[in-house]
Amino acid sequence: MDTITRRRFLTASGVVGAGALAAGGSAYALRDILATAGDREPGRILVLVTLYGGNDGLNTVIPYTDPAYAAARPGLAYDDGQVLALEDGVGLNPGLKGLHKLYGDQRLAVVRGVGYPKPDRSHFRSMDIWQTAAPERPGTTGWLGRWLDTAGGDPRLAISFEPVLPPLLAGATSAGATVPGGALTLPKGVTKPVLDGFGTAAAGESPAQARAAGCFADLVRVQGLMTDVAAEAEEDDAEGQATATGGQAPPLDQQLALVARCVEAGAATRVYSVSLGGFDLHADEKTAQEALLTKLDKPLAAFVERMAGTKAGRDVVVAVYSEFGRRVKANASDGTDHGTASNVLLLGAGIKGGLYGEAPSLTDLDDGDLRHTVDFRDVYAMLLADVLGADPERILDGWRGRLTFS
Amino acid sequence: MTERVAVSHLLRRLTFGPTAAEVDAAERAGAGATLHKVLEPIGRTVELPDLDPGGTPPKGASREEKQKARQAARAQLTTATRWWLGRMATESGAAEKLTFFWHGHWATSAQKVRSAPLMLAQQQTFRRYGGGATGPLVRAMLRDPALILWLDGQKNTRKAPNENLARELMELFTLGVGSYGEADVKAGARVLTGWQVDRAAGTAELLPRRHDDAPVTLLGSTGRFDVDSYADLLVRHPAHAPFLAQRLWVRYGSGTAPGPETTARLAAAGRTGTSAMLRALATDPAFAATTGQLVKQPVEWLVGAVRQLGVNPAKLPENKQKQLLAGLRALGQVPFRPPSVGGWPVGAAWLTTSSARSRLQHGQTLTALAGAAVEDLADTGRDDRVEALGRLLVVDAWTDRTAAVLRAAAADPRRLLALGLASPEYAVH
Repeated sequence: MDTITRRRFLTASGVVGAGALAAGGSAYALRDILATAGDREPGRILVLVTLYGGNDGLNTVIPYTDPAYAAARPGLAYDDGQVLALEDGVGLNPGLKGLHKLYGDQRLAVVRGVGYPKPDRSHFRSMDIWQTAAPERPGTTGWLGRWLDTAGGDPRLAISFEPVLPPLLAGATSAGATVPGGALTLPKGVTKPVLDGFGTAAAGESPAQARAAGCFADLVRVQGLMTDVAAEAEEDDAEGQATATGGQAPPLDQQLALVARCVEAGAATRVYSVSLGGFDLHADEKTAQEALLTKLDKPLAAFVERMAGTKAGRDVVVAVYSEFGRRVKANASDGTDHGTASNVLLLGAGIKGGLYGEAPSLTDLDDGDLRHTVDFRDVYAMLLADVLGADPERILDGWRGRLTFS
Repeated sequence: MTERVAVSHLLRRLTFGPTAAEVDAAERAGAGATLHKVLEPIGRTVELPDLDPGGTPPKGASREEKQKARQAARAQLTTATRWWLGRMATESGAAEKLTFFWHGHWATSAQKVRSAPLMLAQQQTFRRYGGGATGPLVRAMLRDPALILWLDGQKNTRKAPNENLARELMELFTLGVGSYGEADVKAGARVLTGWQVDRAAGTAELLPRRHDDAPVTLLGSTGRFDVDSYADLLVRHPAHAPFLAQRLWVRYGSGTAPGPETTARLAAAGRTGTSAMLRALATDPAFAATTGQLVKQPVEWLVGAVRQLGVNPAKLPENKQKQLLAGLRALGQVPFRPPSVGGWPVGAAWLTTSSARSRLQHGQTLTALAGAAVEDLADTGRDDRVEALGRLLVVDAWTDRTAAVLRAAAADPRRLLALGLASPEYAVH
């Protein structure tokens, strides 16, 4: 598998199914979001960064002083001259220069060994587990979708800048909004009465046909985007990225630029979902992962700095995760196969920099894989309570653990 | 359901969009004979476009040489894609659609394979074995150079197995999640070690020194396996036929999973072969109730349209062919380029504001190519044009809201046709 995209997860997971569609998970225009300026409830804002494909945690936050690390990964290991040292014998991948600086400023928290019991090594299933926060049996609602249900259900509270709704934003009775960043100008001769007409619900039609009609109603909302407040964003949008089905998210820097605009405009949105794919590196991993991590690092560090410079931005918390890490031992193709526990990165308001969680042992392995030391629901509970002011137990099926910064 | 509606439904699902004339013929022949006729071409190989096998530039090739080789490979892929779209548009049976199904099932992308000849050779395997029992198909696919390259099979060696192919083989191609364990993935990877692809020759070969022939325990059986015995183990696994039945159902039946009885009936029929499974699907009691439940994939939408409008994409001038491919790209589905090994999305994922806009735009592109169809509409009395459009596009019925939009455009046959192609009714089948 070459590129893992989020579309693949949507295909396989079936999470975004009846619930989200019935709730009208639909595309909004950026101006719909910006129009909520000034409506934001006091509190923090969560920006969740999903790395699709299974990012190799051991080559992201690198235990370079552990002899077992270099021994397991000849040809793939970084040595002390290459890593960006943190402390306690661990260092960051050389691609993460911006995050390294933030760590030095005590603004980056690294939670190590994050995973869940009986890890699943299927991309789809494990991403379903992370997005639904239900390891035993991934359900049909995402964890932030359930938060949205409890927060009143306005789709504009939780948004994604990708063309298709990620499963994590699908609730039982409501769903987050997708806000495609690109322009949607109409072909010549297609008029508002046409869109209104096609967009009208018809009695007795199939759910699929009703949804097809609903897209025309959504198109009406998106009108005027070109000439309206969003002009700046559209100029940023590369032509080639515009696929209709969410196969390809816009580049991360564009997604984060849109988040920054909404935050700075004072939008009511409390949750932003952004993503970067391509981490499934079974072969020739080292240079490819470093390049991908650079694509994460530059826009993310710039975003964090930009947010720190504005009042609204100082309410933002960023969390970065992937569906699993990789096997400790490299394979013969200078890559790694699907693994288990990995790191979650946290930045922003109220996040005290440093290393958290116990680093999993590289020698006491579970069938060649790391044993997790922190349950990912502990991290979610912290984000729900501290960032969104919600009751984690209600949203995480009674889960009581919680990550604390002490 | 009238006989016309029944055969329209059958043909919309099993073939790439029937023409009005095909529906007329099917109505006269009846559903049973029609089903027999459309399934008949399955299993035939075809003459592939004559492409130079190419291969990779030699080690130490200059930057220019490498760039030239990449350009040549891309040009070949465009040729292959146009050739396939041409076949889809001109062949009337179920074979092309089933080949497309298998392509999305064993989803292999030219993005990494970078060879049109290898992609076409894989397609020929789908054509040769795709209608029969799955044993020969799985055996052939485990030797398929494109699949091996796509899932790092040639990097899977005795010294350190690479699990990519073994995992996807069980998860996505044959069994589905939950029917195998991690130990099976590791054992399967070892069984599959040692295969090497010769790009120029278009073959895959087992190198004994890279192969791990130690006994393994795989899916409950212990012993020495090779690709054939591994394939046999998979297709005999109790999860295999139901898994395939479900995969077939979500593409041909309805976007939601089939009921247990339907799955059982399809799985039982599938032991004879996939043609038989398709026949069981089309005659299943649940099938008739699925009209309008399936969202057309972009290729289904576009190929159905060109067939109904009497446009042969292979005969279009270069710039028009480019337009059609641009339409597929904008809608998110280009043959030979699935987004990942998981294949293309199903259902409502295709329905977005941007796809609605693209269908409005490319409805106009298609109409501009369809002189004869536009003339026929123009020759129809204005009050009858909306109904004639339904017949042309094999839409059983327009809703009142769509009929109102179309009636308002009826004075202009081009506009009428373009809107019909973009309508919600035409987005599903």
